[in-house]
Amino acid sequence: MNSKTILLNIFRWFVLLFVQIFLLRNLNYYNLSTPFIYILFILVLPFRIPNLLLFLIAFGTGLTIDAFYDTLGVHTSACVALAFVRILFISVSVNRDAFDEPEPSLGNMGFKWFLLYAFLCTIVHHIIVFVLEAFKFSEIGYTLGRALISVIFTLFIVLLVEFTFHNRKSN
Amino acid sequence: MRNLWIFVSRYNAFFFFFIFFAIGVVLTIKNNSYQRSVTLSSTNEIVGDAYGRLNVLKRYLNLGQVNDSLAMENAKLKTQLLVLQNVDSSKVIKVSDSVNQQQYTLFAAKVIKNSISLRNNYITINKGSADGIVKDMAVISPQTGVVGFVQDVSEHLATIRSLLNKNTAISVYIKKNNAFGSLVWGDGNFDFKKALVKEIPNHFNVKVGDTVITSGVGSFPKGIEIGRIVKTGISTGDSFMTLEVSLFNDFSTLQYVYIVKDRLATEQKALEEQLPNEQ
Repeated sequence: MNSKTILLNIFRWFVLLFVQIFLLRNLNYYNLSTPFIYILFILVLPFRIPNLLLFLIAFGTGLTIDAFYDTLGVHTSACVALAFVRILFISVSVNRDAFDEPEPSLGNMGFKWFLLYAFLCTIVHHIIVFVLEAFKFSEIGYTLGRALISVIFTLFIVLLVEFTFHNRKSN
Repeated sequence: MRNLWIFVSRYNAFFFFFIFFAIGVVLTIKNNSYQRSVTLSSTNEIVGDAYGRLNVLKRYLNLGQVNDSLAMENAKLKTQLLVLQNVDSSKVIKVSDSVNQQQYTLFAAKVIKNSISLRNNYITINKGSADGIVKDMAVISPQTGVVGFVQDVSEHLATIRSLLNKNTAISVYIKKNNAFGSLVWGDGNFDFKKALVKEIPNHFNVKVGDTVITSGVGSFPKGIEIGRIVKTGISTGDSFMTLEVSLFNDFSTLQYVYIVKDRLATEQKALEEQLPNEQ
């Protein structure tokens, strides 16, 4: 990992968290669907990142979001679970000895792979966020419904961002 | 021992996940409990400061609406003043009773962070313990309507547990017949303009359009108009009915709130603590 990658990721962290906290926090669709775009940062961290570092970064990112959302622990747990799903999915679907590409972005990995990857990570993250937030089993149906609609919203924005910033490399 | 070490390092991802996820869940549960940590929330100085700065920009966007509401409030207060000035002054009543002194004082505070889209919403305001805010004070809207309760206080900031939160319940009356119920939000309906009144006994005659006011039990002063009933006849299966209320205040454009200081709050609390513990 060279210094350019580190700087790029730090920059990405600030931009995505800024957008999430000051713009998307105020945005929702009929109180049903809220996008959490900041998870894109964890999704596109480099392949070669050590597991411990990945978990520490996910934990710190979640904690920062929680501080601004006043939901201590909710996003932290969800981000850690997201990191775990990321590790599992990458170990199953990518040849670990030959990472040709630096990071799992849309432009590097192709649309199909990225869509499945982003969908699995997002759905785990969102379900944990909404279930822990409601913390009430009597509302489980409504909570899962909100989570699923939010997954669509988040995925849409994640793909939009990825198409805008990463597709150029593959051409 | 060596084999164990190999096993752990081979599946390190799972063990890391287990540790970090456990920490996250413990934090969530601790945060839900009564003694919640205030260090990592918006009463935190850095977080509060960031919201405060952004809010300077945001305030301009809603300035017109705030002006209108202030003008309306002025008009209302002027009307009250006229009524008070025209009281027959020949009738002098001398009662040396502390109840006739002003029981409630209002502090105005600016909202620096608000949310309406979560299951449990909190509001952050720019007044704190230095301004005399203490935990559990009632918070009301500038025009009419309730906002919530003070949850945590730091020196210059405070968070409010808004009505749009599963832990908030406010005791209310139906204005016309003083039927006593409890105002909650979010039971199957997450619209920030609507709330539910529960635990009204079935024998009361309640119609769509009736007004709901605060009961005066608890921290809120009596008689603050909260909303209008829009739906009756939600079946609950027991001897109480549930009503849907359209709220008078709009949480999405909330910019200023009033914090209600009850002069008798500590006295009342001390007195009630002497009762045998029934709950």
